[in-house]
Amino acid sequence: MTKKLMRGSHVLGEAAVLAGCRYYFGYPITPQNEVPEYMSRRLLEVGGTFIQAESELASINMVIGAAMAGGRVMTSSSSPGISLKQEGISYLAGQELPAVIANMIRGGPGLGNIAPSQSDYFQATRGGGHGDYRCIVLAPASIQELADMTLQAFDLADKYRNPVMILGDGMMGQMMEPVTFPEPVDPAKLPEKDWVLDGAKDRPQRIILSMLLDPKILEAHNYKLVRKYDAVRENETAWEMTDCDDARLVVAAYGTAARIAGGAIRRVRQRGLKVGLFRPKTLWPFPAKPLEELSHRVRHILTFELCAGQMVEDVQLAVKGQAEVKLYGRPGGVIPTPEDVAHQISHYYYGAHLDEEGPGGGA
Amino acid sequence: MKQVFARPKSLKPAATHYCPGCGHSIIHRLVAEVIDELGIQERTIGVPPAGCAVLAYNYFDVDMGEAPHGRAVAVATGIKRVLPDRVVFTYQGDGDIAAIGTAESIHAANRGEKITAIFVNNAVYGMTGGQMAPTTVPGLVTTTTPGGRQVNRDGAPLDLTQMLAVAKGAVYLERVAVSDPKHIRQAKKAIKKAFQVQLDGLGFALVEVLSACPTNWKMDSITAWQWVKDSMTKDFPLGVIKDETGYDAGPETEAGDDR
Ligand SMILES: Cc1ncc(C[n+]2csc(CCOP(=O)(O)OP(=O)(O)O)c2C)c(N)n1
Ligand code: SF4
Repeated sequence: MTKKLMRGSHVLGEAAVLAGCRYYFGYPITPQNEVPEYMSRRLLEVGGTFIQAESELASINMVIGAAMAGGRVMTSSSSPGISLKQEGISYLAGQELPAVIANMIRGGPGLGNIAPSQSDYFQATRGGGHGDYRCIVLAPASIQELADMTLQAFDLADKYRNPVMILGDGMMGQMMEPVTFPEPVDPAKLPEKDWVLDGAKDRPQRIILSMLLDPKILEAHNYKLVRKYDAVRENETAWEMTDCDDARLVVAAYGTAARIAGGAIRRVRQRGLKVGLFRPKTLWPFPAKPLEELSHRVRHILTFELCAGQMVEDVQLAVKGQAEVKLYGRPGGVIPTPEDVAHQISHYYYGAHLDEEGPGGGA
Repeated sequence: MKQVFARPKSLKPAATHYCPGCGHSIIHRLVAEVIDELGIQERTIGVPPAGCAVLAYNYFDVDMGEAPHGRAVAVATGIKRVLPDRVVFTYQGDGDIAAIGTAESIHAANRGEKITAIFVNNAVYGMTGGQMAPTTVPGLVTTTTPGGRQVNRDGAPLDLTQMLAVAKGAVYLERVAVSDPKHIRQAKKAIKKAFQVQLDGLGFALVEVLSACPTNWKMDSITAWQWVKDSMTKDFPLGVIKDETGYDAGPETEAGDDR
């Protein structure tokens, strides 16, 4: 398999096509315009459908329709556009329809700016729209991982009949890195879906809906979703730990922030500080269990996020008070350098006298 | 004995939840008869609205996919683009298609999406209890237009179908009413033609059906249907609004279905 040098937004598009995605509906918004642009060309080549819709509302509802008809379908946008899609995402969850949604987050609230940000963490991991539901949320930290996770996203969406969100940002979209793609999936060879709307020929009518007026029936439906989410939690939670074995302090970070944190940790390690990285790869489900286990050994966690502090709440929930949790958050699209983060780590490390502790750093 | 009246195959043997005198049941029946006559029941997919017809999937015996309020044509677009050889129709109220879903309707029409939209104009929001609709005619009292709709306060009624006429991809637009047997026959003809347009792959087709909501108009059925004829048609005149089908005459419908 040959390696190619490609930018993130093109990798997202290419990986989707290789995953068998033949339907893309979107609306331009910076910093992800390269995704619809790429899809408009690429889907033409493979006989798929690209529509530049009149709004994000329209595009997410086209996604709903395409998913109902059984197509592998995707949309992408950035923060304000994702806010507009939320009603539709709630319907996708309620109607149990598979779809992939990429959010290249930009600075907010409001129109904000187009700089890389992680300020949509709550929106992505708490459902985002109305009602009791979850999206599966994937957070790639490299271009190769973006490719792999995009492919995985379509399988997860089909497996659980649930929307899957890929969280990135403008930096991830623009960044060029070598990437290896797997063999393309032939959409015609995907497992047949026995629930799609394709005309009631030789079978009874099918109905896809989310309106369940009887509270008992809606409750049963919600519990069914809960069981599904439990299964996702059980089977799909993913994370990565680097340099955590001897660590006295661990940085918790995902996506672009995790890349910066990685650089910072290399620096402070050269200076003799025992610091590791805990990187959630799925934001929902959040890898709470492994983080909790880690907190039995490592009593100091610095959460680093490109926002004023959102994932930090999940970190706190996970460690159940067993470790001290501090936040280094940079909102507004400001991207600190690895040196900035290294400085924060050192400050915390020496402030807590971690350099004076015995082996393992256990309190 | 020759059977002269039967339930269309595409309609389930279910009692509807519609109020007495409501037009939705008549319009359901016409759509189902057309689906039967065209022999497309097994390949038709319907998209009901949020509105009084939200439960249409309990009445039509075809595959049905629920859409969020106002987004039926966008959902239908997604379905049709994945399954171009299926027949996809939406069934939408005036609030659904002409207020919250205005943008979707115009752009689906403009792209010439090969779908059929049935637009039921009953001049109010039925499902939510009789508030003003974009199509509420001046003077009509609704729960949000005290003293009746006033143009300088509440705006004038919006003629969406007329607006759609400028969309290049809209090939057939007609306004009908289901106020009496003669008009019902014409309505069915129009609905059948709007499905035929899709079968022939010509583009976007929409039939606006003037209907009564006796409940929210606070009228008895007879008065309500008379009011459709006498008052609604002043702001919403019946007839073909756009026809670029090139059909000589509308496809024949069966005679004798004036009920
Ligand atoms: C986003 C959203 N806003 C509002 C509603 C509430 N709602 C449901 S149907 C409807 C309007 C119904 O009127 P119309 O479309 O004219 O159909 P009718 O009930 O008269 O047949 C409204 C406002 C909703 N379901 N979703
Ligand atoms: S409220 Fe009006 S539109 Fe709704 S079912 Fe009753 S009569 Fe029909």
